[in-house]
Amino acid sequence: MAELRTEEMVLNMGPQHPSTHGVLRVELVVDGEVVVDAIPHIGYLHRCFEKHAEAMNYQQIVPYCDRMDYLASMNNDHAYVLAVEKLLNIQVPERVEYIRVIMAELQRIASHLVAIGTYGLDIGAFTPFLYCFRDREMILDLFETTCGARLLYNYMWPGGLSHDLPPGFIEKTRAFIKHFRPTIKELNDLLSYNEIFVKRTANVGVLPADIAINYGASGPTLRGSGVKWDLRKDEPYSVYHKFDWEVMVGKGDVGTVGDCWDRYMVRVWEMEQSLRIIEQALDTIPEGDVQSAIPKRVRPPAGEVYMRSETPRGELGYYIISDGGQKPFRVKARAPSFVNLSLLPEISRGYLIADMIAIIGSVDIVLGDTDR
Amino acid sequence: MHNFITYYIGTGFWGSLVSSILPLVYIMPYALVTMWLELKISAHMQDRLGPMRTGRWHGWAQPLADVTKLLQKEDIIPAAADKVLYLLAPALVFIGSYAAYAAIPFSPAYIGADINLGIFYIVAVSAIVVLGILMAGWSSNNKWSLLGAMRTAAQLVSYEIPSSLAILAVVMVVGSFNLNDVCSAQSGWFWNWFVFGKFPFLFITFIIYFIASLAETNRAPFDIPEAESELVAGYHTEYSGMRFAFFYLAEYANMFVVAAVAAVLFFGGWNSPFGAYLSGPVWGAFWLISKGMVLVFIQIWLRWTLPRFRVDQLMYLSWKILTPFALLNIFAVGLWVVLRG
Repeated sequence: MAELRTEEMVLNMGPQHPSTHGVLRVELVVDGEVVVDAIPHIGYLHRCFEKHAEAMNYQQIVPYCDRMDYLASMNNDHAYVLAVEKLLNIQVPERVEYIRVIMAELQRIASHLVAIGTYGLDIGAFTPFLYCFRDREMILDLFETTCGARLLYNYMWPGGLSHDLPPGFIEKTRAFIKHFRPTIKELNDLLSYNEIFVKRTANVGVLPADIAINYGASGPTLRGSGVKWDLRKDEPYSVYHKFDWEVMVGKGDVGTVGDCWDRYMVRVWEMEQSLRIIEQALDTIPEGDVQSAIPKRVRPPAGEVYMRSETPRGELGYYIISDGGQKPFRVKARAPSFVNLSLLPEISRGYLIADMIAIIGSVDIVLGDTDR
Repeated sequence: MHNFITYYIGTGFWGSLVSSILPLVYIMPYALVTMWLELKISAHMQDRLGPMRTGRWHGWAQPLADVTKLLQKEDIIPAAADKVLYLLAPALVFIGSYAAYAAIPFSPAYIGADINLGIFYIVAVSAIVVLGILMAGWSSNNKWSLLGAMRTAAQLVSYEIPSSLAILAVVMVVGSFNLNDVCSAQSGWFWNWFVFGKFPFLFITFIIYFIASLAETNRAPFDIPEAESELVAGYHTEYSGMRFAFFYLAEYANMFVVAAVAAVLFFGGWNSPFGAYLSGPVWGAFWLISKGMVLVFIQIWLRWTLPRFRVDQLMYLSWKILTPFALLNIFAVGLWVVLRG
């Protein structure tokens, strides 16, 4: 009998689709509901960050960094100011580094809350999403009391910070931690270990460690595959080396190592670790002037620098070339979302359309970060 | 009440018309109230307030505002749509849900059509919904709609089997398809209701029926046909305005149908929980609607708690878990009926 052949259908998922987390377009080749191939098309949110950066001086670039990964602006700024400081070869007061770490970790929790909440939404659970946003709101309130902005902060400057911690910040943050710890457990009861949720995400979109490394994946996407790689631990910057915390990796608790559930769960575990870091930082934060090291004029010597740091999505690196002028000659950002997104075809072939949603969500891309 | 109508208006054209419009008098306010309840219940479950302004008191007029908005919207028919099917589909879906109301015994004195095959009739007319949904999905000429419609057809047909088998178990115990007979068989205090084990195994039957009926209403965790995060809006992606409202209304109408059937089969229907106290034609309607609304509340509760199944997992649940259990259950109930003679 001649082999029965069915026709494949090309399905456009996005750029206006509820679950592509922004303006991602995925060209799906489907056979019935089985995904034969998935080709991501990006660029709908391209804002010429790198070209813009060549026309501005070093301080003016910070707000643009805010807008790359708009869910983790603090972390983006952090990576950038570290790169500029490395280029300038200046030391910042220890208090600044502490505050930066506290802000970066709060931002990491906020970003993971969005990732986890929207992931629940993708799987069809509406309620955890609102719980996550309720808690994220508290973090945004903390940021607002600190620097006035809730989303795009322009808080970290080369050499220092725009504002010192406001009075009462430490107590409010402690109160937040006290509130937030139990809600992680609540989240696990409601969503993470929910039978249906586990069924939807375990053994789906399995990313083996070697493929993850070959593609240059980083962040929870890489750690979900069981690779213990976290720049905060392996290449400590700021004051991360002073704190006691663990790098969480996927262990395949409910399925295969590197499935969607592992990637999701790594984020949940990381929130707990971030709380640990924040607590220790709050306990040991030194006094000091946060603006004492801010240079009047940023004019680094000619040269180049690559500085990377761990954002909630993975390794964000800035490669800056200076020609000795007030403006950088070239700024290149190595965005984690962009690299992680390139994995998509690799891990989605052979799964169903419904799994596609679970896979895109588990990689946790931010299109602003992908396209820049 | 039905007798009352037929007595005064007769069984001719006008009598039939009044009898058939009567459920609509119930469905409309019911749908509006349930829409509002769903908004408020989901809001409170999610730690927010929900609508608070429309109509001043806790946003009670929000559904009215929503419906008014839908009425004012442009009725868009895609250029590439199959026009006849496209226009017909929402009506057919609503008719399927609406027709089922004819056989629901609202009270000992009011049942639209007191037919001997009442429950069979409800199962049969509810199946018309599948046709309407398939038509909607196909005629929209949209890939997402088509996928949604295909999923729905598969889902509804699959879940009709366990739900029918569950209903069959009750029919075996009562020995009648007539829903009024089913209610009468559970008269007395609430421990006589089938769900509380007047007959063994019927609690399991209820669980099977309830899960299957959730799937038949296309709501979470079985809302795969319209999974908004996957299929945008499934089979009604292209619909707007009043036609969209019809799908919406049909969904709410259907929610109550399955809840009312569950109330009749397992919770004593129009029987008062307290034996002869608070019983009678009017109290009967009160009890049936209350029981139905409690089950509707559970549907809403589940929807806002659980994630969504995947298509194949849904099929697995139906064919490999619910259907075998329903069959075993029928066997057990049948054995018991035979042994007790």
